[in-house]
Amino acid sequence: MQTRREVLKRSGVVAALLLGAGLLPGAALAYQKNAFEAKSFEDAFKALGLPMPVESAEVMLTAPDIAENGAVVPMTMASSLSGVKKMLLLVEKNPSPLIAQFMVNAAVDIQYQTRAKMGESCDVYAVAVMADGKTFFARKEVKVTLGGCGG
Amino acid sequence: MADPMRIRAQAAGSKINVRVLMSHEMESGQRKDVNGAPIPAWHIQEVSATHNGVEVLNAEWGPGVSKNPYLQFTVKNGKAGDKINVTWKDNKGESRTDEATVS
Repeated sequence: MQTRREVLKRSGVVAALLLGAGLLPGAALAYQKNAFEAKSFEDAFKALGLPMPVESAEVMLTAPDIAENGAVVPMTMASSLSGVKKMLLLVEKNPSPLIAQFMVNAAVDIQYQTRAKMGESCDVYAVAVMADGKTFFARKEVKVTLGGCGG
Repeated sequence: MADPMRIRAQAAGSKINVRVLMSHEMESGQRKDVNGAPIPAWHIQEVSATHNGVEVLNAEWGPGVSKNPYLQFTVKNGKAGDKINVTWKDNKGESRTDEATVS
């Protein structure tokens, strides 16, 4: 006969496994530190458990052609796709390329603007992550005259 | 306690355009001080916003977001008088919430 303690311990293990697999509905996943600390574009996608993205005209990225101050580069990402779960912003050659991820919410337009640091001239990516796990990107090359990562 | 966020929420047709300027160092952890020792990372990790108490925005940020972060988003349906609340939480566990009324 299983003691109450054993039942609790077993369900705790199962819950942890499910949480790790992202299968628990409505469970708020903890801050994805690994993804934000990934040192390359590819590693960020691996850490997020996502496939490398495919280009799409339905993902939009607005950023300046030339950023005079790499510490503060305005970027706007948007998408006209339906079924988007979240939007990612990445700066290819930054020490940690993943800048931000926004969980798409039906009450808000899929359009977010922020300002990011850029260490050097490189490509900036807006990525739409779909509910079915597919990923789509828009890319813009931004030239930086004064790098903003302080290195 | 950090400086308050500046939130401008303006009704435009049936939408609400929200612009936020947060006050935060957003130290990436890449910089070194005068002695060559790395300055520890200190940055906002989570941002959320509500419209009349209902969550409408939820984002995770890394150290690459600029110092004194700017954020702009648009709520699809709203009107003057509605409340917009914005909350941030950083990697040291500090957090701050500010509210604005839609004008």
